[in-house]
Amino acid sequence: METVMSLSLGEVILKGKNKRQFIDKLLGQIRKSIRDFQHGKIYHLMGKIYIPYEKEEEDALISRLQHIFGIVYISPCLKVDSNLEAIEEAVLTMVKEKMDREPGLETFKAHTKRGDKSFYLNSMEVNNKIGGMVLKNFDVKVDVHHPDFYVYCDIKKDSYIYIDRYKAFGGMPAGTNGRGLLLLSGGIDSPVAGFLMAKRGVAIDCLHFHSYPFTSERGEEKVVKLAEQVSSYSGKMTFYSVNILPIQKEINKNCPEDEMTLISRRFMMRIAERLCHIKGYDSIITGESLGQVASQTIDGLKVTNDITRRLIFRPLIGMDKVNIMDLAKKIGTYETSILPFDDCCTVFLPKHPSLRPTIEEMEQSEKGLPIEQLVEDAITNMKIVKIKEEL
Amino acid sequence: MIYLDNCATTKPDPQVVKAMVEALEQNFANPSSLHSFGHKIEKEMETMRGSLASLLGAEEDEIYFTSGGTESNNIAIHGLIDKNKRKGRKIITTSIEHSSILDQFRHYEQQGYEVVYLSVDGQGRIDRKQLLDEIDDQTIVVSLFHVHNELGTINPLKEIINEIRQKNKDLLIHGDGVQACGKIKIDLHELGIDTYSVSSHKIYGPKGIGGLYLRRGLDISSLVIGGGQEKGLRSGTENIPGIFGFGRACQLAQKDFKKRYDHAVTLRHHLLELLKRHLDRYQINSPEEGSPYIISISIEDTRGEVLLHYLEGDEIYISTASACSSHGTKRSNTLDHIGLSDNLADGTIRICTCKDTTTDDLDQFVKALANYVYDIRQIMGR
Repeated sequence: METVMSLSLGEVILKGKNKRQFIDKLLGQIRKSIRDFQHGKIYHLMGKIYIPYEKEEEDALISRLQHIFGIVYISPCLKVDSNLEAIEEAVLTMVKEKMDREPGLETFKAHTKRGDKSFYLNSMEVNNKIGGMVLKNFDVKVDVHHPDFYVYCDIKKDSYIYIDRYKAFGGMPAGTNGRGLLLLSGGIDSPVAGFLMAKRGVAIDCLHFHSYPFTSERGEEKVVKLAEQVSSYSGKMTFYSVNILPIQKEINKNCPEDEMTLISRRFMMRIAERLCHIKGYDSIITGESLGQVASQTIDGLKVTNDITRRLIFRPLIGMDKVNIMDLAKKIGTYETSILPFDDCCTVFLPKHPSLRPTIEEMEQSEKGLPIEQLVEDAITNMKIVKIKEEL
Repeated sequence: MIYLDNCATTKPDPQVVKAMVEALEQNFANPSSLHSFGHKIEKEMETMRGSLASLLGAEEDEIYFTSGGTESNNIAIHGLIDKNKRKGRKIITTSIEHSSILDQFRHYEQQGYEVVYLSVDGQGRIDRKQLLDEIDDQTIVVSLFHVHNELGTINPLKEIINEIRQKNKDLLIHGDGVQACGKIKIDLHELGIDTYSVSSHKIYGPKGIGGLYLRRGLDISSLVIGGGQEKGLRSGTENIPGIFGFGRACQLAQKDFKKRYDHAVTLRHHLLELLKRHLDRYQINSPEEGSPYIISISIEDTRGEVLLHYLEGDEIYISTASACSSHGTKRSNTLDHIGLSDNLADGTIRICTCKDTTTDDLDQFVKALANYVYDIRQIMGR
């Protein structure tokens, strides 16, 4: 009997001819992510991935695996030879452990899948054998509709017995869907946006804007911390930090006050576009949510969207703030996001921001600015931090 | 580096460091141990206690070592209120105390005590008539800062205590001397105060050590129960490296008292002159008769925190308010209580000099300050 973690894969399995590529990518990621665990050889068999592991590392291994996209369920199994006696012994061990851990369980159902059809009993027959044995040994009843727990039995070349299934995030393995540049502020939304796109397989790097010395070093450290938290899902990343104060000063001097925020955001988009061009990103990712603040009204989005023809992902666009906050809590970025530091936008907040801006107005206001030079300087003075994935 | 945040903490004197290293490397015995090695350390510790007592105008047996100003304030306030709890339910302090005092009074307010927070004028001075009017036979404890940590304002404790005692001789009086110890002349016996807190790291000593004065004959309950060290008031093995460092710092403070004080007066005068010459639209919140070590400046149309970050780029370190009230982004409540407008409160910085500060340092500081104020006003003044 051997303890093996079984991973069910979601959409990855639905892929056609390129399925192997996705599985290989996922296997690579799993290996890297659990390199500090004492595990055996990881293998892929009939749509599932199996990891032999040490019992005492079970909980830690499950929570680590929950950070890997492409995995839907995680089940700790006992792996035995495919013969009824061994299967029954494993079922006995697992049910006993389950009942000890969670007293009060009353009903169960056996659920057998036969990947190896050459096995001498069919699935129903195996269910009957297992069920009978559990009934004989424990004080439980069968309930085929709403059981308190299932006893799963996957019969393949070997057999895998398991009871618990832990949910993971699903999605696509990181890096299977191109590269994205995440505009990361210190707020609640942008880390969530990064998480959601990473979940669809986009490899993420971050671009952050600050206004030092109008903002503080502690404020920037907080954003690096957020990037690290996102990296626990998306893998290692590069963090670009740009001081936008020189640009804000110019805007402040030359443009109408009520357009301050939007013109700043147009510059952020220009800098992001330039960086995408230089470094080869396929997309820009933002945490914008329609109507959340003045600069995220439909007109506000229009004037920032106009800067670039590059693909812009706004995964939160239709989400309410409470839902975004819930997700931030679930992925563990919320507590960091709410630490109180000024970010670059609050410093220059206009008293009455423009709510109905037009592209023509913006272009008119920007006429006096040396746009190319400002963007160039911002990129030249940019700070780059390498962020190792947080395990 | 130009360090002008000496109210937050000071750089330990080399002699202090030496005393501490010796305590760690050689004098490491436990003063409670029965052997001669322990006894030697105990005697040395009593010498250090004597040094602090002497600096404060107190007797050795009236001094207790604690972990610092906050703990001393806690032992004193809780202890005094507990001592007098059968005599009444009214306690009085000022509205601009350090948070380690204010938060305790708020705690007792929630417990149902009647708490009076005395209002102050534009430079942090309490109205002594208001204080006396508030004192009645239900009043059990009064706590007053000696030198204010953000403004440098000095409470004339001797006169105030005299007046209080004439009105109610039973109430107990605590003084927060954290910014006063070693910096202005203190004679606790002459003050006739009951308890008084001091801290080591404000006078070139180490962090994590402080002292509490408890008037002879007064006996208060302790917050920590244990091995009975410090006569049971503060159990726990004594922090010998801290005590030796603190003791040495006290000796130096006493020896160099006049030299340091005169230096601070010179620096203050120099700074005020420089500001007059190079800066406009500002006001000084510190009273002329206050501690020469602390100067609070409010500058119109700027932001203290932004100035602080500009200056750190030149390795010039100042503060916006007390380090204990600048956690988070909430503003110091002192600035509200002295009646500053939002504009001035946002532009408030605190300059605290030390024995090693030079007039050159101040020249450089004011030059940079004037430049950055100009810069920030360009950006913010639309």
